[in-house]
Amino acid sequence: MNAIILTAIWGVVMMFSGVAFKNKSIPKYLAIIGLLIVIIANTTEFATGSPIIHINIHNMLKFEKYNLLFIDIAFLCTLIYFLLSGTDIEKVGPHVGEYFALIFFVLCGVSIVATFNTLLMFFIGIEILSIPLYILTGSEKRNLKSNEAALKYFLMGAFSTGIMLMGIAFIYGGNPNASFFIDKIQIGEGHMPVLIAVGLLFTLVSLSFKVSAAPFHFWTPDVYDGAPTVFTSFMSTIVKAAGFFAFIRLFEHSFGTMHDQWQKLIVIITISTLLIGNVTAVFQQSVKRMLAYSSIAQAGFMLLALFALNDKAKEGIMLYTAAYSLASIGLFGVLTKMEDFTIEGFNGLAKQQPMIAFAATICLLSLTGVPLTAGFQSKFFMLMAAVDNGHQFWLVIVAVMFAAISAYYYFRVIQAMYFKEPSQHDATIIHSVSFQFKFMLIVVAFLVVVIGIYPEIIIGWMYR
Amino acid sequence: MGNYFTFPDLLIWLPLLAGIFCFIVKEEKSARLTAVLFSMLILGVSIATLFFTNDTKYLNYNNVNYIWLKYIGANYYIGLDSTGRMLTLLTATAFPLILIATSKTSIKNAASYFGLIMLTQAGLMGVFMALDALTFYFFWELALIPVYFLSSKWGGENSIQATFKFFVYTFAGSLLMLIGILYVYLHTGTKGFEDGVIVNHSFSLVSFYNANLSVSDQNWLFVLFFIAFAIKMPIFPFHTWQPDTYDQSPTSVTMILSGVMVKMGLFGLLRWLMPVFPLGVAHFKNIVIILSITGVVYASFVAMMQDNIKKLIAYSSIAHIGLMCAAIFAMNQISVQGALIQMFNHGINIIGMWIVVEIIERQTGVKKISQLSGLASTAPMLTIFLVIIAFANIALPLTNAFTGEFLMFSGLYNYNKWFAAVAGLGIIISAVYTLNLIQKVFYGSTNAVAADVKDVSLNEKIVLIIIVGVIFFIGIYPQPLIDLTKDAVNNLLVRVK
Repeated sequence: MNAIILTAIWGVVMMFSGVAFKNKSIPKYLAIIGLLIVIIANTTEFATGSPIIHINIHNMLKFEKYNLLFIDIAFLCTLIYFLLSGTDIEKVGPHVGEYFALIFFVLCGVSIVATFNTLLMFFIGIEILSIPLYILTGSEKRNLKSNEAALKYFLMGAFSTGIMLMGIAFIYGGNPNASFFIDKIQIGEGHMPVLIAVGLLFTLVSLSFKVSAAPFHFWTPDVYDGAPTVFTSFMSTIVKAAGFFAFIRLFEHSFGTMHDQWQKLIVIITISTLLIGNVTAVFQQSVKRMLAYSSIAQAGFMLLALFALNDKAKEGIMLYTAAYSLASIGLFGVLTKMEDFTIEGFNGLAKQQPMIAFAATICLLSLTGVPLTAGFQSKFFMLMAAVDNGHQFWLVIVAVMFAAISAYYYFRVIQAMYFKEPSQHDATIIHSVSFQFKFMLIVVAFLVVVIGIYPEIIIGWMYR
Repeated sequence: MGNYFTFPDLLIWLPLLAGIFCFIVKEEKSARLTAVLFSMLILGVSIATLFFTNDTKYLNYNNVNYIWLKYIGANYYIGLDSTGRMLTLLTATAFPLILIATSKTSIKNAASYFGLIMLTQAGLMGVFMALDALTFYFFWELALIPVYFLSSKWGGENSIQATFKFFVYTFAGSLLMLIGILYVYLHTGTKGFEDGVIVNHSFSLVSFYNANLSVSDQNWLFVLFFIAFAIKMPIFPFHTWQPDTYDQSPTSVTMILSGVMVKMGLFGLLRWLMPVFPLGVAHFKNIVIILSITGVVYASFVAMMQDNIKKLIAYSSIAHIGLMCAAIFAMNQISVQGALIQMFNHGINIIGMWIVVEIIERQTGVKKISQLSGLASTAPMLTIFLVIIAFANIALPLTNAFTGEFLMFSGLYNYNKWFAAVAGLGIIISAVYTLNLIQKVFYGSTNAVAADVKDVSLNEKIVLIIIVGVIFFIGIYPQPLIDLTKDAVNNLLVRVK
């Protein structure tokens, strides 16, 4: 509860901060302070189990430890994102306060989708999460690509929202309890009324759209490519993870007993997502586009949680959120500083900036899933969940083979940084970077390794 | 535990610290010195482990067990047993030899180079000591990453492609093994902790040995694990990464790869694959032996056709490893014993071969047999060393490889004489190409390339003398190695049969 209220309030504060202060960097510090307050408030709620302000929400939201932990992880990743890329947010345009305000509204949406207990709240959460993103995508007003991306994203997003609303209507009408509460929709093992099946299909499609799972991924590369890089970083990590969290929460509580019926659909979506994400990423020349496709590929792995839908999957999605967000935020952070977004643009980075190259390498290894990095642990838990599930064992083998393919495009960047020379001898590969940026990047790499060695630093909280 | 130190800890932490230290000092000379000194210290520790054998009173010196991921039942559990002791000794012996032999080679960014080499050693030590599946998997991959960077950064002109092929092959294989590990893990029994927490499954080696697996499970799990190990060894038809990688890597890395790293695959068979899936082994052993022997013959023929010395040795290594794999799967006392001894001997011999090649290549810049001739008159010492090492490579009596290959062949013969006969063909061909190499490169009239070759320098002489000494010592008196590994053979065969 704390998180929802405070993020909404702080979003408004941020809106006015742009007007109130002439100095451009004040909103950034305000945002960092605000986020710290939110995290502390949420953590106290996690620890004590009671919010600061009691509001009777008629059980429409549920604040369990698991959900609050997810909010904490998502917010901590956002904090790191602010600290790492805050100065780049200032450079996007003149309306700095608004950008931070929109991000806080997204965070409010994240907290709602993490805790919803009715279909209504689910829908509101998803919308609060999405609408600020449309604006953020188009925030580079003079850039045609940014405008195109925003329009495309908005049109497609609006369409998928319509489908979702339709699905919710079907689910509401189709369940014999006529209930909006997600726990009261299913009526017994293996039983699936037709109307619910239709509703399930619609929500599945629209949520697949939100998390960019194939074949509903077509907006992703264009939008991620067109949006300002700092916002792509945020959209493709924390927001996407929140989408997955909502996806799993809804499907576990509402359709858990019908898992056998829709599991095959998830198998198809997972395979096509892995295939399209990984294979297309191989052919990309621009690192930004490559990361967009890689985010589709990683979504394929996260879908394994939905496929398995057991306790290990819940741990897995938690780890995946942290691992994938941290590594991607680090990489996008480096990317914003690059002169040239193509893979050749990274040539010889290790010589000019060894620390940055090292941290980026850790992030890339983590995305590949090499042991000692967080990415390995998250993939490991996902695979464990999928194997434990016991059905469709071949899917797991297909998934790891795609993970091996993913090594190809992640390692191309490593190869460029370490083994190749820049095209011109004294070419500027990277813009000047502040000490704070370097320091935060090392912190990100350090966290990736710490989670990789000891993942119970995150999932251990679920048992206590 | 009550001990101030344990051997597994020392064997992991010393190379790890040395590696990190090399990265910090950044200066070529001190990094090189650190690496050499630490690797000799590690060798000392490793020799000391031989005196603290499997006696129960030394149990605490030989095992390290910390709770790592409590809620999934994974421990950081490493320990020394007889096979592990032998292979850690091989690793510990190989690194100082390699570092001293190549100490005249100039290297760019030497600090990172030596740092990565020491990290590789830490990874290898971990693989040979891990007694927990997750710990094993971690070290298995960790040994790979530094080698990837070493070979790509300091290798030949095509090294980026060659090494990447190597990386993807092994990475894909490891991931398949990871699925296998997870499946076995989910069929293990519960594990209790001292504070009353009980987890459903466990990653420890013992619980893997007692996992509840049906025959069909064991069969396909065998395939998943075997692919990972077969790529690493490599066994035909998974060997295609190997010749290019050996050719393109810097020589000291090639020595690590061929001398020590391929043993990871064989070790994986002995420690994990065969004891965990005895029924799978029974089902697949003939197929594996046939694959291995096909590899022996195929690789020998290809080696005979090679003009590139490095590729010749690479293929000859495939042949030798194939024979060891076949002998392990023949599963009788003699053959497994022979394979275990040969794992050690092959490591020593092939490092010797590479040192000779390194000397030739560094001085002439040529690695083609056809372009070299008459080195014997300009470099007589080098020739003597090469001839001895080459004789060991084709397993002449009185050399170390003779004992191992003799045991392997007699074991293989007991299992099936046709297999032994076909594999014997490989040995004959190996004599052909090795003697051909000696004759073409070292004898005949001295050509322009060979004319200004200087003979072995002092550091190389020391290393080669040590290698030749080991070759003769084990060739005449192999009993210590047999004693060291005897109970490993018995334990394995009891589990498998």
